[in-house]
Amino acid sequence: MTLELSGVSVDVGATDRTRAVDGVDLRLDDGRVLAVLGPSGCGKSTLLRAIAGLEPLAAGTIGWDGADLRAVPTHRRGFALMFQDGQLFDHLTVARNIAYPLRLRGDGRRRARATADDLLDLVGLQGYADRLPRTLSGGERQRVALARALAASPRLLLLDEPLSALDAGLRTRLAADLRRIITEAGTTALLVTHDHDEAFAVADRLAVMREGRVVQEGPTEEVWAAPVDVPTARFLGCTRVLTGPAARLLAGGDDGRVAVRPGALTAVPEGSDVADLAATVLVATASPDGARLVVAVEGIGELDAVARPGWSAAPGDRVGIVVAHTSLARLPEA
Amino acid sequence: MRRALALLALAAVPTAVLAVFFVLPVGGMVQHGLWPDGRFDPGAVWRVLAESRTRRVLWFTVWISAVATVVAVALGVPAAFVTHRLRFPGRGLVRAALLVPFVLPTVVVGVAVEQLLGESGPLGFLGLDGTAGAILVGLVFFNLAVVIRTVGVAWEALDRRPAEAAAALGASPPRVLLTVTLPALRPAIVSAASVVFLFCATGFGVVLTLGGLRYSSVETEIYLLTTGGVTGFPELSAAAALSLVQLVAVVALLVVAGRLRATPDPTVRRVPATPARPRPRDVPVLALTAVVLAALAAPIACLVVSSLRHDGHWTLAYYRALQGRGDDVGAGVSGGLGGGLLRVPITEAVTNSLAIGLVATGTALVLGLLVAVVVTRRSHGRLERRLRGLFDGLFMVPLGVSAVTLGFGFLITLDRPPLDLRGSPLLVPIAQALVALPMVVRILVPVLAGIDDRQRQAAASLGAGPWRTALTVEAPVLWRPLLAAAGFAFAVSLGEFGATSFLVRPEAPTLPVVIYRLIGSPGALNYGAAMAASVVLAATATVVVLVIERLRVPGVGAL
Repeated sequence: MTLELSGVSVDVGATDRTRAVDGVDLRLDDGRVLAVLGPSGCGKSTLLRAIAGLEPLAAGTIGWDGADLRAVPTHRRGFALMFQDGQLFDHLTVARNIAYPLRLRGDGRRRARATADDLLDLVGLQGYADRLPRTLSGGERQRVALARALAASPRLLLLDEPLSALDAGLRTRLAADLRRIITEAGTTALLVTHDHDEAFAVADRLAVMREGRVVQEGPTEEVWAAPVDVPTARFLGCTRVLTGPAARLLAGGDDGRVAVRPGALTAVPEGSDVADLAATVLVATASPDGARLVVAVEGIGELDAVARPGWSAAPGDRVGIVVAHTSLARLPEA
Repeated sequence: MRRALALLALAAVPTAVLAVFFVLPVGGMVQHGLWPDGRFDPGAVWRVLAESRTRRVLWFTVWISAVATVVAVALGVPAAFVTHRLRFPGRGLVRAALLVPFVLPTVVVGVAVEQLLGESGPLGFLGLDGTAGAILVGLVFFNLAVVIRTVGVAWEALDRRPAEAAAALGASPPRVLLTVTLPALRPAIVSAASVVFLFCATGFGVVLTLGGLRYSSVETEIYLLTTGGVTGFPELSAAAALSLVQLVAVVALLVVAGRLRATPDPTVRRVPATPARPRPRDVPVLALTAVVLAALAAPIACLVVSSLRHDGHWTLAYYRALQGRGDDVGAGVSGGLGGGLLRVPITEAVTNSLAIGLVATGTALVLGLLVAVVVTRRSHGRLERRLRGLFDGLFMVPLGVSAVTLGFGFLITLDRPPLDLRGSPLLVPIAQALVALPMVVRILVPVLAGIDDRQRQAAASLGAGPWRTALTVEAPVLWRPLLAAAGFAFAVSLGEFGATSFLVRPEAPTLPVVIYRLIGSPGALNYGAAMAASVVLAATATVVVLVIERLRVPGVGAL
């Protein structure tokens, strides 16, 4: 039960064909959740559509357990695709949407309805069975779409930016639900997203994609802690990249480049004995969870830092800096 | 308040025109039917309906229209898919070619089908000449384009993703078609079917040229009764009674179709999908489309050939005959072309048709634009929305009311002061404009309704006045559909025969009227000249279609 992509390339566009996916190799084992992470336009959605069989390959092969899927049409692949905006069938009720793949499989009306009710429970939408999709909120629609995709009992669940159409608060809650539901169902899943928090919350492996190519692939924590290059580090939330002595001073240890996320440095009053470094405040911006600062750190230069709630510093103040080493990322030598 | 007044003022002009040139004449017909001798006598309508000939006519109208509609939908839906969702070389040309029959004047359609199925025609061996089958072929030939275009435009704008979602859930292509695509297309298919049924039931030229006296639909029966073609005497009360029946049936049909078409959510989501390359499983529909294309081309080809053949060899004599009145051609036609009924050379009829067409097009565009603007402004409150719905529906009624009724109504109501328009050269273009108006409105309304109101608000908030806003927001989106609508209106006007045949002045006939007279006159030259004139008319209409096709905006332009 393994999905294997080797050298997959896909061209898009009706008239002038452009290469959207360029020589991608990926492997996804049974029961794992892989997130393909990349900025918009990097080709990740096209890759997903190609796996679903909705885009023809220009080169390469997509295999399932060693069998080439080239000649297998979408509806025979057993890969359920959940679209960014759900793509519920507007003319069917919620229950009939979820029952759709069950009825295709030949389940009776009553049995399909019972399974649909179970799935509605799983996604936390009891009592929504007879609503029409257009009457649901964005989050509810995505839950129904997920239930429908799971109803197909797919060999592989494909999720296309499942949460990106939702607002921030809902996204965080649904991401946790999504992880729970996928693990409970024991489904192998492939998720594409541009949101690293979403990827981190849901997946156990990450593949970072840029300009049609996969630039890094590995377990989530590994990729998070050691991005392969500067653009990847920036994409994974790092705002500054340090090299040479500055990197050594901040992170200690041997040579190499260090990428810094905004939460990595915390400002404390000057002279505090927990401080690792000393700095001068350049800019201070208030925010609900403590002030955001730009500080000039001695021996390193300009960096971002946060101040604890209830205490802040004004530009020109001298402060101490505490470094959280888990929020730093190490990059290989350039 | 000022807004409401401005809208009322905008609505006033088309309403007044509709009142005088549609409600009044049609009302006159109704009055004629219900008050035959100045006394209210609804029994007169009943007596007409009780006659066996009337019942035969009604039954024939219903069944032939129903069968033609079913056939047109069955052939048109696959062709709509091929021409709007698949990508192949020459697609634009195929699409334009499939549209041509619709803008052909119905008289020409009749003549062309007659050429194909007649005793000496290539398909004469089928023995369809003079049967209801020939009329069926003519009606399907004419109306197929309505289905292809209406359904095609909807299909083209159909989001591809719900179908993909279904496929990803395990639905096979036929399953996807049945459970996702067809339900989404239902409004367009119902819409197309109801329009086709209307066109068939009120179809005039096709039935008149192919059916003669033997097969008569309600529409041709009204014509024959009015002109005394049935018994030799004009029977106006009977004609009015039939018009009344037709009016009631048409309004009922429009209401039912409106209900069937209504979807829980009317929001337009226009996501034109990029057409796909044909796959092996598309071969059957591709083949069917090729057959349809050939079937549509055959009658036209026959028409062209017979306009060029005389006594077994090729000749341009018939085209030359168009320039004169026939007496100078010396081809053995006594009394000139059309048995002496034609007072002007046919080339002059061409000029008449073009001039009348321009006036009719201008009128239809101005009225249609006003109606579309009033209908699509954002409604404040329920009452306003209701009124607007009513207003919109009102301008759809001419679509179904027979042109013959309209023309005849003009004759009996606009003939005395204060509105004595008998012999006015404006009567014909106004009647034609009313016939074309529903189509213009149908093309413009979705375009205007599709403009996000916030665009207008943005322009206004930047300091643009109402005119400036219209110029920056509406004009760039509107000009192409407006030109396409103009093309349609012009084509309708060129081919209009039902109303025109009543209203046209003998000294200024239009081309379809001339063709009909030529067909009815004996002699090879008359017939040949009718063919040549039909080709000229068809060629003009085809040029118009090609222009429309170039100007069309994907996802817009259904009927």
